[in-house]
Amino acid sequence: MPNRWDLIAFPLILTLLVLLALGAKGTLAPLAVVQSTPISLDPTMLPGYAVRTVLRMLAAMAASLLFTLTYGTLAAKSRRAEIILIPILDVLQSVPILGYISFTVVFFMNLFPGRVLGAELASIFAVFTSQAWNMAFSFYQSLRTIPQDIDEASRAFRFSSWQRFWRLEAPFAVPGLVWNMMMSMSGGWFFVVASEAISVGQQQIALPGIGSYVALAIESKNLGAIGWALFTMTLVIIIYDQLMFRPLVVWADHFRYEQAAAQTVPHSWFLNTLQHAKYLPLTFRPFEYLANRILRAPILNTTIPGPLTNGRTTRGHAVDVLWYSVVILMALCGTGIVVRYLAAALDWRDILTAFQLGAYTLIRVALLIAVTSLIWVPIGVSIGLRPHLAETIQPLAQFLAAFPANLLFPFVVIFIVHFNLNPDIWLSSLMILGTQWYILFNVIAGTTAYPTDFLEAADNFQIHGWKWWRNVILPGIFPYYVTGAITASGGSWNASIVAETVSWGQTHLTAHGLGAYIAEMTAEADYPRIVLGIAVMSAYVIFFNRVLWRRLYHYGERHFRLD
Amino acid sequence: MLETDYKPAITKKIVLDLYGIRQTFPRPNGAPAIILDDISLNLHEGEIVGVLGRSGCGKSTLLRIAAGLITPTDGFVTFQGKRLDRPAKGIAMVFQTFALFPWLTVLENVMAGLDALGVKEADAHEKALAAIDLIGLDGFETAYPRELSGGMRQRVGFARALVVDPTVLLMDEPFSALDVLTGQTLRADLIDLWTEGKLGIKSIMLVTHNIEEAVFLCDRIIVLAANPGRVAAKLEVPIPQPRERLSPAFQEIVDDIYARMTAGHSSARGAKTALAGTAMHLPVVSSHRIADLLVMLAAPPFEGKADLRTLAGQLHLDSDQLLPLADAAQILGFAEMSNVTLQLTAAGKIFAEDTPDGRKRLFAEHLLRSVPLAAHIRHVLLERPFHAAPRNRFLPELEDHLSPHEAGQTLNAIIDWGRYAEIFAYDRKHHMFSFNQDSSA
Repeated sequence: MPNRWDLIAFPLILTLLVLLALGAKGTLAPLAVVQSTPISLDPTMLPGYAVRTVLRMLAAMAASLLFTLTYGTLAAKSRRAEIILIPILDVLQSVPILGYISFTVVFFMNLFPGRVLGAELASIFAVFTSQAWNMAFSFYQSLRTIPQDIDEASRAFRFSSWQRFWRLEAPFAVPGLVWNMMMSMSGGWFFVVASEAISVGQQQIALPGIGSYVALAIESKNLGAIGWALFTMTLVIIIYDQLMFRPLVVWADHFRYEQAAAQTVPHSWFLNTLQHAKYLPLTFRPFEYLANRILRAPILNTTIPGPLTNGRTTRGHAVDVLWYSVVILMALCGTGIVVRYLAAALDWRDILTAFQLGAYTLIRVALLIAVTSLIWVPIGVSIGLRPHLAETIQPLAQFLAAFPANLLFPFVVIFIVHFNLNPDIWLSSLMILGTQWYILFNVIAGTTAYPTDFLEAADNFQIHGWKWWRNVILPGIFPYYVTGAITASGGSWNASIVAETVSWGQTHLTAHGLGAYIAEMTAEADYPRIVLGIAVMSAYVIFFNRVLWRRLYHYGERHFRLD
Repeated sequence: MLETDYKPAITKKIVLDLYGIRQTFPRPNGAPAIILDDISLNLHEGEIVGVLGRSGCGKSTLLRIAAGLITPTDGFVTFQGKRLDRPAKGIAMVFQTFALFPWLTVLENVMAGLDALGVKEADAHEKALAAIDLIGLDGFETAYPRELSGGMRQRVGFARALVVDPTVLLMDEPFSALDVLTGQTLRADLIDLWTEGKLGIKSIMLVTHNIEEAVFLCDRIIVLAANPGRVAAKLEVPIPQPRERLSPAFQEIVDDIYARMTAGHSSARGAKTALAGTAMHLPVVSSHRIADLLVMLAAPPFEGKADLRTLAGQLHLDSDQLLPLADAAQILGFAEMSNVTLQLTAAGKIFAEDTPDGRKRLFAEHLLRSVPLAAHIRHVLLERPFHAAPRNRFLPELEDHLSPHEAGQTLNAIIDWGRYAEIFAYDRKHHMFSFNQDSSA
């Protein structure tokens, strides 16, 4: 007889499969179907829209994983590939995602003319670009930091490259990868919502999904519909977390490299149900068999040859020189093409304007990070010092970070319109709306991890007030804070494209800034100026990262390590 | 198996042959650093060979060369008559840190090596179970390494190595990460299986810094000297297994090796001092440990004089930890080493009986006199207008003569000693040496 776990697990899994199948069917429809059945504000349509949105997220995640496994591996294994791939990744991380959506829409629509698939792919691609870079980076770094002893063991026991990848490299990278997937996912909701309803020049597309629903609700000033959308989104994120990420985190815990047993073992009711079910595991048998076959497949069945350092060959000087020359030449050609393209349509004033607007946005981001830090650091610390409170608040903070802030924009906009506030100042708050939570939950995490004996020692020596903050707690949470602030600031730059120009019905509010500039040029389909805007914003982000964040991070690593 | 009338295994077949091994690594300025210099040794059928040396003598590098994991700069390795240029079938390795895959169970860890050889899954399963059984792990097949104690983990390491039916087993300090008792049990189990012929291995090469361990397990011992690593002595252990740790014959060999290791090292240091002056390589030992050693040595039962083996036992240190301490005491002129005896000098006796402040003064005096680097740093600080100098003022000077690693070690040692002696201060945050007028000795 099936046990009670089966009774829960089977219906759950079947429901998921049916929903996925229904959602996927719409994806292949002709474009005319989408255009002839406009988005409806009827709340009963929302579950269907939610499934479509989730599917886009899943597709993007699958693409990101595939990208990570190939790109990250290539960069880690080949020194020659590395010198191109890693700088590219570094720059891509800083490019505003919503900036180039106009290009990708045109590209994918032309790839599948007359089909929804093109628009779908454009939306998925936007989400993909918000997720893939940091995942690939994490994977690459894991592969480069494989502990020497297990690396030597795998070589001494003559693992083939294939075996090495599945037995050593991929497992070692899992914990970092899963953590980055979670971060990517929470960033992804924002972009999936933002990319569903796009208009580039004359072309207007509204893919069925929560994002389009909200866009329509904003246009028709329907507060009730926005309320329903918020409610649905909340449910979706919770379900996604419970059914996908909790089990993943529990599973990833197996792959921790530390040999010591963990203090707190993560827990997932869903995974428990699956594992306790009696008959359900039978349905997984074929997959297990398949995985085993793949693992043992005699592919790439050569042991890694000769003298090695970190699994990489160290020979071929002449080829190196040739390779570097080709790379430099290609980079120069590329720069030449871009400069010529831009020079044909732009003059120096455009560039000056872009940099000036960028400076406004920079000031906004900097001020917002400062203000939110002043608010959330003390709050985060006081929450972190109370373990029970932290346990309940931490998931909430993570949820808020994942919640697409663009769904909340209308409320702020109504507020600004009603009180007739200055958009240059008040629209800024939208940029940080979704990203400030990264600061909060990193500070909570840092405080929770802070050794209790230090706190007790501080108490014992009567260290209180400002001295306590300056000498006891702030150095301890510094690396965590910087991590949170980096994420928050990167997110804010990205958000500026949708936050600096907003509307409520027919009322349009615009702030002066580079985000608004990119958004306007996208609406006008002015490609040279979009490229200029993206380039300038990327330049600002890279500059900001190099000059401020990276230094702070290294400073923290050097001076405030607790071990 | 070993007989009492054991003869050098000239007649026995050579399994693994290392010839003229030289390993260097490039240094940014100056000649390449030499890790291993012209080492030749071979492994015959039926013997356990120990490579014994202090940390930094390159013995682990030598083992990795024997395993085909590193290609030597010069010289070559032949395994069963064939040149070795990569890890070969028939050579298995046991690691100091166990090197188990934490995401695989005990069984999967043991099977991993067989999978690599392309053994069919069912056969691999059967063989792995047999190896697990042999090594005393049955019942733990589905456990993950992190659920096991250190001793159990190393048993998995052994099972994983044995299951591939190797001809040669290479062991890199396999017991040094275990506590004393567990290490002893595991050593005894290993030697039992070996003498009973249950391992199916032709010969074993063991790298260790533990003299007693080498004497307990090995038929032949190669003593390496450091800087550069070279063969200082080769000797045989003509005691039949099982060996009794406390027997006079055993103790005699241990003492003999102690003597060879200290002798080899002192001469090497002497040569280096004459050559390098300020760039003398200093052992990384804390000033407080040196003080503890001197006080211990002055007190009963030693009364100023002790042989190293007894001292090591008394201080609960193994030779790898004791020898650098003894070196430091010797460099500072507080003790003298002759053969295997460490004896306090007159200054050492005064030091042991002095007040804490007196000790500091005496330490400072000796430090400035006997360690040119200390005097050099102080001189530079005195000359500079603000009496401060960055770490990088001195590091490159040291790197002209020492490897980057040794240079860093030496500088760290001098920082600790200088701080204790209060002849200069060091700010770790800004990597600055400074000279403190009121705390000067």
